[in-house]
Amino acid sequence: MDLFEQLFQYTLSGLSTGAIYSLIGLGFAIIYNSTSIINFAQGEFVMLGGMLTLFFHVSLGLALPFSIVLAIVAATAVGALFEHLAINPLKDAEPIILVIITIGGSILIRGVAMLLWGKDTHALPMFSGNEPIIFMGAAMMPQNLWIFGITLIIITANRVFFHHSISGKAMRACSFNRIASRLVGINVNRMVLFSFGISSAIGAAAGIIIAPLTMTSYDIGIMLGLKGFCAAIIGGMSVGMGTVAGGLIVGILESLGAGLISSGYKDAIAFIILLVILFIRPQGLFGRGEAERV
Amino acid sequence: MKFLEGSLKREMFKFFVFAAAVFTAPVFFRGGYIVNVLVFVGVYTILSVALNLLLGLAGQISLGQAAFFGLGAYISGVLTAAYGVNPWLAMAIAVIVVGMISFVLGFPILRLRGHYLAMATLGMGIIVYIVFNETIDITGGPSGLSGIPNLSIFGIIFNSDIKNYYLVWFFTSVTILLSVNLSASRVGRALRAIHDSEVAARILGVNVRLLKVQIFTISGIFSALAGSLYAHTVQFISPTSFGFNVSIELLTMVIIGGLGSIYGSFLGAAILTLLPELFRTFQDYDIIVYGIVLIVMTMFMPGGLVRGIPFLARALFSKVKHGLSSERRV
Amino acid sequence: MLKTIIKSICIFCFILIFAGNSWSQEPIKIGALFAVTGPPSFLGEPERNTANMVVDQINKAGGIKGRKLKLVCYDTQGDATKAVQAANRLIKEDGVTAIIGPSTTGETMAVIPVVENAGIPLISCAAGIKITEPVKKWVFKTAQNDSLAVGRIYDHLKRRNINNVAILTVSDGFGASGREQLKLHAKDYGITIVSDEIYGPNDTDMTAQLVKIRGSKAQAIICWGTNPGPAKVARNARQLGLKLPLYMSHGVSSKKFIELAGDAAEGIILPSGRVIVANSLPKSDQQKKSLLAYVNDYRNHFKADGGHFGGHAWDAVMLLKGAIERGNGLPASIRNELENTRNFKGIGGIFNFSPQDHAGLTEDAFVLVTIKNKEWVLIK
Repeated sequence: MDLFEQLFQYTLSGLSTGAIYSLIGLGFAIIYNSTSIINFAQGEFVMLGGMLTLFFHVSLGLALPFSIVLAIVAATAVGALFEHLAINPLKDAEPIILVIITIGGSILIRGVAMLLWGKDTHALPMFSGNEPIIFMGAAMMPQNLWIFGITLIIITANRVFFHHSISGKAMRACSFNRIASRLVGINVNRMVLFSFGISSAIGAAAGIIIAPLTMTSYDIGIMLGLKGFCAAIIGGMSVGMGTVAGGLIVGILESLGAGLISSGYKDAIAFIILLVILFIRPQGLFGRGEAERV
Repeated sequence: MKFLEGSLKREMFKFFVFAAAVFTAPVFFRGGYIVNVLVFVGVYTILSVALNLLLGLAGQISLGQAAFFGLGAYISGVLTAAYGVNPWLAMAIAVIVVGMISFVLGFPILRLRGHYLAMATLGMGIIVYIVFNETIDITGGPSGLSGIPNLSIFGIIFNSDIKNYYLVWFFTSVTILLSVNLSASRVGRALRAIHDSEVAARILGVNVRLLKVQIFTISGIFSALAGSLYAHTVQFISPTSFGFNVSIELLTMVIIGGLGSIYGSFLGAAILTLLPELFRTFQDYDIIVYGIVLIVMTMFMPGGLVRGIPFLARALFSKVKHGLSSERRV
Repeated sequence: MLKTIIKSICIFCFILIFAGNSWSQEPIKIGALFAVTGPPSFLGEPERNTANMVVDQINKAGGIKGRKLKLVCYDTQGDATKAVQAANRLIKEDGVTAIIGPSTTGETMAVIPVVENAGIPLISCAAGIKITEPVKKWVFKTAQNDSLAVGRIYDHLKRRNINNVAILTVSDGFGASGREQLKLHAKDYGITIVSDEIYGPNDTDMTAQLVKIRGSKAQAIICWGTNPGPAKVARNARQLGLKLPLYMSHGVSSKKFIELAGDAAEGIILPSGRVIVANSLPKSDQQKKSLLAYVNDYRNHFKADGGHFGGHAWDAVMLLKGAIERGNGLPASIRNELENTRNFKGIGGIFNFSPQDHAGLTEDAFVLVTIKNKEWVLIK
């Protein structure tokens, strides 16, 4: 198997994980755009997607598609609840406080998951079949195709929502100027609630489509969340193609690094990218600079 | 948010009372297993105070303190276990090296603020953790590094719980003393100004950039010291003691005690170290407790227990007294 | 008259108290360090369950020399640092006379200095050969040495005429020890290691390593680790369309592995203690009876399989029982008696300890099994 085939294999699996990072990054971007908050708990919704589906499907015996839908709904509910109880009361507090609250939230969600479902790793069944597809010397699972497909759908839906629908535009308005938005009649509180809900839903969906490939457990949220954040940073916190590109870049670089340099440091690659971007170009490769009122 | 205020004399008095209590405590416990736990309390107090200087005083979020803790521990551990370097020399090297690293890292990292700073320090912490795990030839990887010798001075080897207690708490007391002094000094006031508003501080002539890096470095140095002490008292270290979870625990300790309250950090460290020992059956639930504590205390008791309890007592008392809603504290 | 009555009552009470004391004498405290939760929980949970079950059975039968046995068990979560702290607590706070466990090689290596210092005998349930080689005064183990497992695998490969293998090991104590043994013994069986890859205990994806192996001349893959890593390796290999024979270590000798690996588990070959195929053993097998007894016992108590790993705890507790019975129950005597144990028919095999051998087992403590239709099948 020559170098080209190996590279192609790495790129392919990198695109797959990259798609997941893009989705998670979108979640970060959506919340950031409507509230200027970074939701540290974003990764936990990814975990919840997989774990809840497992719960509904395996423990309660419901059919897989139904379990998936139920899981997304449940995760959205958790997200909305979190926003309502912990974020909303403190919307004017300083960043430190909000950071700590979302960290606390992520730990809490993780802890409850651990209590309810234990610390074991669990396997979710593939959506359609277990046989790999060989394509130009590289192997791909049908699940990878699902990942690409669903990611594409979600991204498109996002774009349509945020740029062509009233609610979406209203959410973007909140991120530009809260008070002005309120003046033109936008219910800012509700927009914030929606943004948390949408983020949780997207995060949960991401968790569900990747779970059959990587297995799921109560603590996968941390790393996935952080790498999704990388994607969002590279994309300049945009709710569009910037973050998607960011996710794909992180995924591919990670996969190539693991394959060509060293697999042990795979996780470190994403964070090194993060630090480099934050040090050199905090507005991301695709974002514009941020001005701050003093 | 209010911080330590009051004259230097009052602070010194508080300190001497504290030091006296620390010195005599083992007598009350008659050298039981709890002395072993108190050694850990000492180590974590140093870490928690270090984080408080950065977070509570200067207002800079750092979620990667465990990295400096770990670097101090591994540098000390590897130098003494694998290369037979004198433990005190190894400790000095560890502290100096980590100090230099945090000084150099401080410049780019502290240009960031708020969420971005939190994420950057988080990323830094995780990278260091991965390095500990992967450089198996040096650190032993996930299986850890054993055979770290005890510290010794003038022929006394610190190889028992009681001796380690005094060793560690000597350094802890020094750390607290220095921090209290720093907080009450001009530098402390400058840091508080930075916390409130960097631009205003700059206008007033504070060298914001340098000062932030300096406090980051001091925090790193204290953390490395704690790491070295930890390595020599437990004689075994593994990467899990220096991971992201530990950084979160430290954050919780600081929040419980109160941002900016040095003695509060001790309280936080004591509570979070002693409680799991007392409630061994609930060991698994500690992660939930941390989450709840972080959220609840940040929302309702931003001053931590040190301020919160008297405040709560006063609030309840006045509620009882007047039967009306009490004054809201900002 | 009254005086006499009072005196007799006092003497009677006195006697009662002493008679009662002879039963309510100080119980013998044994410490246990198991990874009941955490990634190695598939090791620690059956171990802890088995230990509790056996201690109960011993106490119901009258204890050891009239004294009850008390098991103080701490969950280390598979973390070496927690294991060290728990060991300290067992020795200093709980005052145990012996310790069984820990469940993993990494934890055991960390705890060894503690017990050596304190002079408390330790019977580990972990497999790394480093634990007892070189021999340490206070340390014994009941799990079979990984070197024996390597021998079994290599022997099978040689019989299949396979010379080029790829090894994929985990970077923790167990995997590192296995890797050493694999490299050490390869030449003895005419085997060349053409690819030597490593993965971390928390890695979620081993595709990169497998792609490299795919590109090498390997005719078979040997994966050495404990759950959940090897399950991911199996799945990744399948996803990549790798058709090479896949061998695993005894570290995955548990139903949990089959559950996690799903369809990818079919056809995997691994060495294991006899207990998981107790039913299919020939009647002439010396251990068959006691193995079946254990399997049924555990199933009655816990409605699951104690399996290969639960057996390690059974052996540890019973070895201690024997040592305490033959000696005076103090740590030094326990240690001496353990060292003198000969021909102990345990679950893991037949143990023969000596001052030079604190592991006590030979190669036939292992059998080779393969997975067919999600069940273990003995390879003859």
